[in-house]
Amino acid sequence: MKRYIVKRLGFMVITLFIIVTLTFFLMQLLPGTPFTNPEKLSDSQLQILNAKYGLDQPAAIQYFRYIGNLLQGDLGYSFQYEGRTVKSMIIDRVGPSAFIGLQALIFGTIIGLVLGIVSALKHNTILDYGAVTLAVLGMSIPSFVFAALLQYYIGVKLEWLPVALWESYESTLLPSIALSVTVIATVARFIRSEMLEVLGQDYVTTARSKGLGEAAVIIKHVVRNALIPVVTMLGPLAVSIMTGTLVIEKIFSVPGLGEQFTLSILVLDYSVIMGITLFYSALFIFVVFLVDIIYGFLDPRIEYKEGGQV
Amino acid sequence: MTSKLNEKQLVDSPPLTNARGNHDEITDDLFVAAPLNLALQEEISKPSVSFWQEAFHRLFRNKGAVISLVVLLLLVIVALVGPSMNEHTYRSQNIAHSNMPPKVSGLEWLGFDGKNSKGIDVYETQAVEENYWFGTDEFGRDIWTRVWKGTQISLFIALVAAALDLVIGVVYGGISSFYGGRVDNFMQRIIEVLVGIPNLIVIILFILILEPGIRSIILAMVITGWVGMARVVRGQVLQLKGQEFVLASQTLGASNARLIWKHLMPNVMGPIIVTVMFTIPTAIFFEAFLSFIGLGLQAPLASLGVLIEDGYKSMRFFSYKLIFPAFVISAIMICFNLLADGLRDAMDPKMKR
Repeated sequence: MKRYIVKRLGFMVITLFIIVTLTFFLMQLLPGTPFTNPEKLSDSQLQILNAKYGLDQPAAIQYFRYIGNLLQGDLGYSFQYEGRTVKSMIIDRVGPSAFIGLQALIFGTIIGLVLGIVSALKHNTILDYGAVTLAVLGMSIPSFVFAALLQYYIGVKLEWLPVALWESYESTLLPSIALSVTVIATVARFIRSEMLEVLGQDYVTTARSKGLGEAAVIIKHVVRNALIPVVTMLGPLAVSIMTGTLVIEKIFSVPGLGEQFTLSILVLDYSVIMGITLFYSALFIFVVFLVDIIYGFLDPRIEYKEGGQV
Repeated sequence: MTSKLNEKQLVDSPPLTNARGNHDEITDDLFVAAPLNLALQEEISKPSVSFWQEAFHRLFRNKGAVISLVVLLLLVIVALVGPSMNEHTYRSQNIAHSNMPPKVSGLEWLGFDGKNSKGIDVYETQAVEENYWFGTDEFGRDIWTRVWKGTQISLFIALVAAALDLVIGVVYGGISSFYGGRVDNFMQRIIEVLVGIPNLIVIILFILILEPGIRSIILAMVITGWVGMARVVRGQVLQLKGQEFVLASQTLGASNARLIWKHLMPNVMGPIIVTVMFTIPTAIFFEAFLSFIGLGLQAPLASLGVLIEDGYKSMRFFSYKLIFPAFVISAIMICFNLLADGLRDAMDPKMKR
């Protein structure tokens, strides 16, 4: 186990290093300059600006300087906002994203679990078909399409919840609901199939035949065993939520990381794009790692084999 | 334990009786032996069913999959025919007819009544003779034409991306698993690193570098998209390679080409098809997603994502601009997902989820 964790940590570092290198050189290839209205700047002004941000150096030197700064936790300065460090921008913006993301994850997991468990217990009934239909709709309809429709019908037409902006708790609800749709659908589908599989296992028959009440069988034996693999869904879910925040924060004007990322892309704010890319990648890699470890603790049947694969 | 039980049963079992309870002896002459025809012994009474026939049979029993297939075919036909059903092109502008609400004579009760958000029939007040079925946008472009043109483009992007994923993934996964050993080890390390990178971020970075357009969207999606296919193919081939029929064929001196095309490919086909069917809706989603954050196609080209983005901007007063493309993309996604689900169940009934 210890060896496995060390090995995985090593892999994480390598992956992150490759991502840093890749993003850095991709950024070098980007067309255009990050300065606003470059055509209005004179050559000497451009030279001064380039020197200020270190852009006059060869790419290799810039690269090593970036890595060096990165190791000290310095992500550089934003080109768009004078004097703001990328780090402070990320710190300022991570709160709202994390809030709606976690809220969506919790909300979605609970509803998804209930839907999935009910539909497995009432297999092949109207309830089951209804839940499955809902899950297919949730998986299929793109989250931003759903978010836009939600905003139009709940926010504009019915005026039940605030349309956008980030003012009160109510304004976190619509974005969270929009984000949670994929979570609900994924969890519901997954837990349903797991439950159906567990229900056919010998140990469930044993539990029934020794006279255990149906409720005890379901709660103690079926649901508990079906829940374990759901942990593996956390990785893909975290990704889908991260993807979702990019557009959903734009739709609901949430001052989060995703909104900043889409904004920075449109104005080519190199350092911010890189910073947020690294942040997202690190988060993603860490979540996947965490999920694998937790899964190993929950299900002792899992062995950590040589070769890094679970 | 069991033997005891059997003894007890034997002792307790009642003497042979017929239905009326008479203790008549059942003698051998009451029975007639069925004719034993050696010629018929090996006869197969039903025609033999190949794997594919069986899979199709199962697929066509799945109502959701069949309906999805029909709806998809209809959508494709309309997407191909739709743009030429009226004289507008996807880029022809008519400022005098801008922001016309949808109107179809005969479908007024469904909301196609030509009334704007204030309930005024714009067609009457502006004396517009012609009906725009899905309305027009702010430049007076016909949304019907643009929606179906956009569907064409979105489907095209998705199909090409899925096809490229298929080719690269099958070749990569095939080589990696077929040759095994050091080759496999090296190729798998590359995949492990690629899997660690969130693919959306790679896609966005590549789109930023490449010139925006259909080709760069496809390229950016393929850069990370093939990994899933490669993993599926590798897993399948590794499993098959150890099976007896492959070993037998190898022992009989079959060439590698024969092994691959005769034994491995037909057996990997099922999972490959299922993976492709799941890739297509993902590609449609990514295209729309990129367009929505402003990295998609350039005007006046339209894809479903571009239309949704345009519609979203003006949904407050012209909700029809959002609703039509949103409906089409959702329908396509639902159908592809249901069809893929159906195919997976049909190809591998054990895996039924």
